Amino acid sequence: MEYIIIIISAVFVNNILLSQFLGVCPFLGVSNKVSTAAGMSGAVIFVIAVSTLVTYLLQYYVLIPLGIEFMQTIAFILVIAALVQMVEIILKKISPSLYQALGIFLPLITTNCAVLGVALIVVTKEFTFGGEAHMLNLAEAMVYAIASAVGFGVAMVIFAGLREHLDLVNVPKVFKGAPIALITAGILALAFMGFAGLV
Amino acid sequence: MNFLKDISKGIIKENPTFVLILGMCPTLGTTTSALNGMGMGLATMVVLTLSNIAISLVSGQIPGKVRIPSYIVIIAAFVTVVQFVMQAYAPGLYSTLGLFIPLIVVNCIVLGRAEAFASKNGVLDSAIDGIGIGLGFTASLTVLGFVRELLGSGSVFGIKLLEGDGMLVFVLAPGAFIALGYLMVLFNKLKSRIL
Repeated sequence: MEYIIIIISAVFVNNILLSQFLGVCPFLGVSNKVSTAAGMSGAVIFVIAVSTLVTYLLQYYVLIPLGIEFMQTIAFILVIAALVQMVEIILKKISPSLYQALGIFLPLITTNCAVLGVALIVVTKEFTFGGEAHMLNLAEAMVYAIASAVGFGVAMVIFAGLREHLDLVNVPKVFKGAPIALITAGILALAFMGFAGLV
Repeated sequence: MNFLKDISKGIIKENPTFVLILGMCPTLGTTTSALNGMGMGLATMVVLTLSNIAISLVSGQIPGKVRIPSYIVIIAAFVTVVQFVMQAYAPGLYSTLGLFIPLIVVNCIVLGRAEAFASKNGVLDSAIDGIGIGLGFTASLTVLGFVRELLGSGSVFGIKLLEGDGMLVFVLAPGAFIALGYLMVLFNKLKSRIL
């Protein structure tokens, strides 16, 4: 039951993109087509899952025992950058087809704030899922991370669908491009606010 | 005169928010009030200036293949310093900005300037570029925070200006997107008239 609450809350109620503003750059940058948006989302889900696992273990088994939590930001970003590189190399070897699909998005992911953001949230924020406030354990952290990434994907794909239609619409010149995309995103965020109070 | 030109370039012609559309996460996430937006902008400006200076000094020594990870480590070091300074001297602002302070590391503006400007130019030029782009970022965040605070709660910098409670939606997430969208329209309109 608790995991279901975590999933619903991370995917819909506190959507990482539309209510926490993490990963807005790729949201605006690569959301012109549904297929590209889906590819990017797949790569993000994959990288967030792996990097959260590694940074969580790093935090609790290396940084805290050594008393060097202040190295958190540097250590996490290094781990993420290295991981993205590694994932790229491994994917190329073991699954060329998946690499073909995700390949071009992987280098972009290092500077996607959603990845570092989720890694930092799971080790610094207290959650109140299922009663009193507590830090997440590893299983909860993984469920939260993957659900957040899925939430990113859901918002990305919906938004890309909207933008495909937006391209065909006659928009005033000053609204073309980013402004109309932002206003559309705002209306989408309004729709997602309807989920508030669900959990 | 040249200095002035370099600094003003970041504010209008190459404004990171309205023209280059970079660093959207902190722009949308921290501008619930004018003060928060300004705090975030200044924190980014400090990191940007310091990292520009450091990178322009060492870029000759870094092999090309590992330059991006090296830049990220340099930026992360300065972010950690800023994080501690804010925690000590502005704890209130630090806790409202929260997650977005460590996330300066992955702000595309900082890495973008390191790669596009600081690695190819001298120390003084890089410092001025950092200050200029940082000021542009601070100005846009402050303006967006100003608009959202005014519409959302009827006050500016915490001083009550309008009667009533305002439209709460502008302080919440959807208002950020909509306000920024309309500000961009306004910016485009003014720019096309001036230039």
